[in-house]
Amino acid sequence: MRFLLDTEQHAFADTLNAMLTAADTPSVVRDWSRGEHASGRALWRRIAEAGVFALAVPEAYDGMGPLPVELTVVFVELGRHAVPGPLVETVAAAALLAALDDRAPAKRLLPALASGTSVATLATGPYTLDADMADVRLTLAAPAQALSARPAFEDKAPSGPKQGSGGGSPQDGTGRGGGGAASISGSAAGNSAPTELRLAPPPAGPPHLSLDPARRLFPTLRDGELLATVPHLTPALTWARLATAAQALGVGLALLDRTVTYVRQRTQFGVPIGSFQAVKHQLADAKIALEFARPLLFGAALTMTEQDVAAAKVTACEAAYATARTALQLHGAIGYTAEYDLSLWLTKARALRTAWGTPDECRAAVLSDGRRW
Amino acid sequence: MDLDFTPEQDAFRAEARTWLHAHVPSAPLPSLETEEGFAVHRAWESELAADRWSVVSWPSAYGGRDADIVRWLVFEEEYYAAGAPGRVSQNGISLLAPTLFDHGTEEQRARVLPSMATGEVIWAQAWSEPEAGSDLASLRSRAVRTNGGWLLSGQKTWSSRAAFADRAFGLFRSEPDTPKPHQGLTYLMFDLRAPGVTVRPIGRLDGKPAFAELFLDEVFVPDEDVIGEPGQGWRIAMSTAGNERGLMLRSPGRFLASADRLLKLWQSQGGPEHARNHVADALIGARAYQLFTYAAASRFLQGETLGPESSLNKVFWSEYDIALHETALDLLGPEGELTQSDWSEGYVFSLAGPVYAGTNEIQRDIIAERLLGLPKGRR
Repeated sequence: MRFLLDTEQHAFADTLNAMLTAADTPSVVRDWSRGEHASGRALWRRIAEAGVFALAVPEAYDGMGPLPVELTVVFVELGRHAVPGPLVETVAAAALLAALDDRAPAKRLLPALASGTSVATLATGPYTLDADMADVRLTLAAPAQALSARPAFEDKAPSGPKQGSGGGSPQDGTGRGGGGAASISGSAAGNSAPTELRLAPPPAGPPHLSLDPARRLFPTLRDGELLATVPHLTPALTWARLATAAQALGVGLALLDRTVTYVRQRTQFGVPIGSFQAVKHQLADAKIALEFARPLLFGAALTMTEQDVAAAKVTACEAAYATARTALQLHGAIGYTAEYDLSLWLTKARALRTAWGTPDECRAAVLSDGRRW
Repeated sequence: MDLDFTPEQDAFRAEARTWLHAHVPSAPLPSLETEEGFAVHRAWESELAADRWSVVSWPSAYGGRDADIVRWLVFEEEYYAAGAPGRVSQNGISLLAPTLFDHGTEEQRARVLPSMATGEVIWAQAWSEPEAGSDLASLRSRAVRTNGGWLLSGQKTWSSRAAFADRAFGLFRSEPDTPKPHQGLTYLMFDLRAPGVTVRPIGRLDGKPAFAELFLDEVFVPDEDVIGEPGQGWRIAMSTAGNERGLMLRSPGRFLASADRLLKLWQSQGGPEHARNHVADALIGARAYQLFTYAAASRFLQGETLGPESSLNKVFWSEYDIALHETALDLLGPEGELTQSDWSEGYVFSLAGPVYAGTNEIQRDIIAERLLGLPKGRR
């Protein structure tokens, strides 16, 4: 057992970190939030050239994956720099397409995803992230829903058959299906009827505004070319949750780092506020939360079990969110402004918490096989 | 990066499991914080030692199996999974023994360790004093030079297990007027039954005498029971403190087993919805702690030392342990307040976790100052 990253993996992270630092990602995010994608597209290509998307694509489709540990290393850095775009969705789309029995869609779509010439998004709920700029818009839905061309949020009935979930007994891992952007319930992954995978048309209208300005959410369109019927969503969900967890850890680490820098510089009562125990202890708690999320994350990348990945997802996202709350509190009023770049990480921490599985859904997935590790 | 065990490690796990399956008492032993329970737990230590399972990580010369840290973790996982008793020798094994390995003499190791391994001599710690808790370096108990040794005088308190233990170890001020409080301290071992020692047991929250006050009146300690150089006690003790907070005090196996018990309790009640997230958190926390420890062990095996990051560890497990037990008591409902419940002893014990081995406030200061680089301030 050697549960540590090796030298190459560290070097990969360092290279990416340096590249993203030089790329001035906050200004890219601000462009992106206005629907100006040129700088983001350029950054996407550079990330692809570094080999990032190829990590999720098998060699048979011009990738070098799947390599979950390396992908996790990468997504921590993407989160650390608040890189915009459907990063998680592209990775999840690659996992989904590669797992189809029919190899044709993968042959057709995956090489361009690996090279970064094509960007994918993937929706399982009412909203589709960055549908306006994505080249490949994948929608996963139960057939009954797919027959309707209406956005899912319009046909969200309070009761009735949906996502094929059972009654929600304590151990079956059911949660609220289809809630929130790009979310999918544990039940949909496990025991639902076959789901249709479609290539959706471009969005017709403007996006909904997310708290995270980098996340442009369009109503999910459930028509379009039928690519496959998918019996198992688990691979896509697992990859999406792993990548989201890694991104969240990176977001949390950046928030902690920025806040530590701030409290060392900001003086009140004649001393740096970081010398006060009330400030120190909040940051110590953030550090503890993030450092215990990290091993769960890499453990999940090694085992890729639903249970480990769900544990990593909820823990990393909650650690990042708790760190965001601390960061906001310790920055004071300046942290509450949209203009200050800290806001880009603060709002992302909130959005990632519910993306690809709410905390409750992830906890249910942890208990789903009825035993401990 | 991997989480794989070698065939040798798997074989070791199987051997430990087999032995434990054959030897672990079928019913829980009485609380080790009582006189009767203490004696039974001492006998259990002897049974462990007879087949060299009491101190697997020690050299075989002292009764161990030369197990590296991974094997130690494997043993602990099996030990607690088997429902084996609490370790009455814990303080000696996890605090004093590492100090003797690092700072003691060969003669001291040969004299002290074998009887520690068998439970024949059980050790208590003697750190805190009435006016020296978190600010341990302000301690005032004295060690005064005499012919062939030292005379100890003063008062120690919150001495875990001292009500029934045989010997103790701690810090004493051997040089009265040093410029800084942590200078001039000496690390000594002494006999709790020596002339001049008075042990007054203290009832912890549930009344059991889990710790004691020690009154010392010119207690003679021979030179052979000084660890390291006189005056260097602080530095020596701090290396022990790292062990206490870090890897050696609370193994992941303990929490994995507790989380498993909690899961079974929840399932036996039909898996009530209201407790689901708390139960999930207990499982997740145990897994996080296991993997965190595997990472620390991996760093240790490649030659790194465990420094202030052991404070992350200590805050995590101590808070985790309380949350887990609170979930269990909540699930028990009206039975939860009864001291006869299976969870009561563990709950009361868990409450002390954020206080002993350096309070969690001190740990958070260490994290903030040494890991995050924040400036020192007034405590």
